[in-house]
Amino acid sequence: MVSFKQKDIISIRHFNKDELLYILDLVKLMEQMDHTNILKGKVLASLFFEPSTRTRLSFESAMKRLGGAVIGFAESGATSVAKGESLSDSVRIIEGYCDIIVLRHYLEGSAQLAADVVGVPVINAGDGANQHPTQTFLDLYTILKTKGTLDGLTVGFLGDLKYGRTVHSLAYALAYFGAEMFFISPPGLRMPRDCMDELKDRKVKCHDNESLHGISKRLDVIYCTRIQKERFADPVEYEKVRGVYRLSKAMLEEMGIKDDLKILHPLPRVDEMDGSLDKTDYAVYFHQARNGIPVRKALLAAVLGVVE
Amino acid sequence: MKQLDVSAIKDGSVIDHIDSKSTLKVAEILNIQDEEQMVLVGMNLASKFLGKKGIIKIGGKIIDQKEVNKIALIAPDATVNIIQDYEVVNKFRVVVPEIIEDMVKCFNPNCVSNHHGIESKLHVVNKNPIKLRCHYCERVMNSKDIVLI
Repeated sequence: MVSFKQKDIISIRHFNKDELLYILDLVKLMEQMDHTNILKGKVLASLFFEPSTRTRLSFESAMKRLGGAVIGFAESGATSVAKGESLSDSVRIIEGYCDIIVLRHYLEGSAQLAADVVGVPVINAGDGANQHPTQTFLDLYTILKTKGTLDGLTVGFLGDLKYGRTVHSLAYALAYFGAEMFFISPPGLRMPRDCMDELKDRKVKCHDNESLHGISKRLDVIYCTRIQKERFADPVEYEKVRGVYRLSKAMLEEMGIKDDLKILHPLPRVDEMDGSLDKTDYAVYFHQARNGIPVRKALLAAVLGVVE
Repeated sequence: MKQLDVSAIKDGSVIDHIDSKSTLKVAEILNIQDEEQMVLVGMNLASKFLGKKGIIKIGGKIIDQKEVNKIALIAPDATVNIIQDYEVVNKFRVVVPEIIEDMVKCFNPNCVSNHHGIESKLHVVNKNPIKLRCHYCERVMNSKDIVLI
């Protein structure tokens, strides 16, 4: 039987298909359950060593909507960390003040380190360029809700696939559901080789592409990510790829797409998606951001053991 | 009469069946420069199994488990012979452990294991060729990425 009670949520790699589906079922329930007191008396420590808007506020909102309390900080400048305290020591102290820790940190593997040294469950809210598992749960939920299924979809990942942590985790999760995946990026921002090798080992049909041309009509979902200017040593190179990876309604319809195509984006966007898409049925990225609340409610309730 | 390529030692350890190109790396693991008794290092010796192999004989030293584990990462086909009075008293093939702790530095400079003074920990994904996944940052390392601590 699947149970998340007292479990750490560190990496999507730690969960099997049944566990992913269990949480997605719970999210449906949480969409109908609001302002309850099922987490009354529980305290969440929200430890953000790196800036965040959506993730931090949606976790805090989710906890409060379930009747729980929140302590923590949104930047580490005013904490003991600024005095040189190690992450391990900080979380060891803070675990005494709370029932669950949500941690964002700029070092990769920091959430795993915290989980290894404390007794309370730890939820990873982003560790450097590594993992952001709760984002993956909400990406999966958005796809499920807007496409009606997760099985057998053809998904195009577009943009910065090298550094985009959400892409790696979502590709890993979709592999459980028989997805065919197209990775569309400039040559310097391709999916890391070890991610591609792992997908191929799991018998996933996956392809590297430099543009949407020729494949756009096959896609059920486009997962778009931001191409970050700072990744390019040469600004001319950035300007070249910027236009190629900018989606607009006219450009997509000219290339040819499925009528029920859905476009996701973890946000924030800069200019990779034209405003002309916002009011179309293709665009689901604002719904996706709103799904952060029920997804995080489901995870908090499951990990704190108040739902089975 | 059989001609020995490398002469025998009375007591100590013989690391055999090292992939020839990895011989000097294994010698480095064993810190042979600090040994006081006889040390013999042979490279490019004929081997039915490996084509060309390396061998290291260290007089007066019984190699420890941590050294064996490190050798396994560099030379997964190596065998170890423990010698007493010219006789082999123990012979075994090195085995790559499932988890490598405090032996290999994670190659990701942004990994938490390279900060805060914590011990590195890697899970073995594949033994031969070697592939390791960092317990913390999840990055996968191949043999070319391995830097021993």
